[in-house]
Amino acid sequence: MHIDIDEISKTFAATTALHPVSLSIPSGAMVALLGPSGSGKTTLLRIIAGLEQPSAGRILLDGVDATGTPVQHRHAGFVFQSYALFRHMTVFENIAYGLRARPRRTRPGNAEIARRVERLLELIQLPQIAARYPSQLSGGQRQRVALARALATEPRMLLLDEPFGALDAQVRRELRAGLREIHDATGLTTVFVTHDQDEALGLADRVAVMSMGRIEQVGAPSDIRDRPANAFVRGFVEAHIPVGAG
Amino acid sequence: MSETARTYEVVSEAPLFRTGVTLSVLALTVILLLAPLAVVFAEALREGLGAAITALGDRDAWSAIRLTVLVAAVAVPLNACLGLAAAWAIAKFDFRGKAVLISLIDLPFSVSPVVAGLALVLLYGSHGWLGVWLQAHDIKIVFAFPGLLLATLFITFPFVARELIPVMTEQGRAEEEAALTLGASGWHMFRTVTLPNIRWALLYGVLLCNARAMGEFGAVAVISGKIRGQTTTMPIMIEMLYNEYLTVAAFSMAALLAALALLTLALKSLLEWRHADLLAATRRH
Repeated sequence: MHIDIDEISKTFAATTALHPVSLSIPSGAMVALLGPSGSGKTTLLRIIAGLEQPSAGRILLDGVDATGTPVQHRHAGFVFQSYALFRHMTVFENIAYGLRARPRRTRPGNAEIARRVERLLELIQLPQIAARYPSQLSGGQRQRVALARALATEPRMLLLDEPFGALDAQVRRELRAGLREIHDATGLTTVFVTHDQDEALGLADRVAVMSMGRIEQVGAPSDIRDRPANAFVRGFVEAHIPVGAG
Repeated sequence: MSETARTYEVVSEAPLFRTGVTLSVLALTVILLLAPLAVVFAEALREGLGAAITALGDRDAWSAIRLTVLVAAVAVPLNACLGLAAAWAIAKFDFRGKAVLISLIDLPFSVSPVVAGLALVLLYGSHGWLGVWLQAHDIKIVFAFPGLLLATLFITFPFVARELIPVMTEQGRAEEEAALTLGASGWHMFRTVTLPNIRWALLYGVLLCNARAMGEFGAVAVISGKIRGQTTTMPIMIEMLYNEYLTVAAFSMAALLAALALLTLALKSLLEWRHADLLAATRRH
């Protein structure tokens, strides 16, 4: 799905989180919102999902104005920074949640739900953990379950907030490759937020570098690396030169 | 799983010290909590179980029991809903006047119940601010069931909210937001995510609220007017009987009141025991 962010701004009580920003995300792309904390990247992601209302501006999904569309009807798969798995439900019930939440006439039957959950567990390569609770999983497993839960409702786009933030380097590398595979297999328009430029430049097709509520530069990773638009982008990208492990 | 395997050998205090502390706590519990309870039951049964039951079968006693249960049956669900709403607003949203609301919730804890009762009399009584209007419309609040209910609602308001606020604050909004992004309606989210996450805190708050609703004396005594057989609840009846030297009757009713409280505690323990697996699995790591 094609996402158009049109002059969106957001102010909280006294602070401006986003100055009017515009960004076009082509259908099927994988885009990174890259920036330091406080740059407004998470706010922008939440506005795309419908979890936050912009103070001004419009958001268009496939050319249709969706600014007023409630979060439930945006069909955005969202992976939260701390995963936000339902702690009182098993992995199975977590993944099935979005299907069970549907109104009766569009809700799949129990057998169909079980089949889909099983397929998603295979997709994230954790077929054995359906009966466990989130507290019994490792960080990497939780992240993958959160991804499966977001994919279960067959969303129109996939939004991830610092999806690898809380994981160690080894797991992070595996999961990055996993996310890229899932993206390439499903063709889902994917937007993820990160403060790690290796992650952004290594994983995304396009990167939007953000600072202080503004988008400083949008481009392919090679553009950002080789032709930084201004001093901030150059400084931010150079400040984290990969040191092998990343 | 690692919860149960946790060991404490790193803790450095001497075994003798630990035993000492444990024994002192046990002794204090027996002296301060168990002994008075035991006395109540012993006094109630001094003239045998028959005498105790006869005393409770008295028409006025029976009316007090009914009234107490009725007040609790109305006040507790009301305060559970109000407390839940207040806790949700405070824990999940930022708004102007939030600090004031938090202080207001604590007001019933800091104000003496007698003062609360007097305040209600001054507000709704025949010479009170709203008294004339209420009388003109033939609405009776003071010295009647609505007054008892209002006093009980005031006194027990903080229990549910106070239990829920820390739990809900700690849990944040992430799980609820996740439910919304997965297409759940607000009500579905509340039923399947919010409520299950707070059910133990809610249950505990409701039980405390209920114990206090049935046991409240000060505020209720002021507003009830102590009309025997009409506006006397169990605690007021106990005081009246005791002042009339009807010891067995007073202690029988006290024992019944204590038994009701113990019953709610037993209920809570039973629920915790039956759902122990789920509790352990969903507890924070």
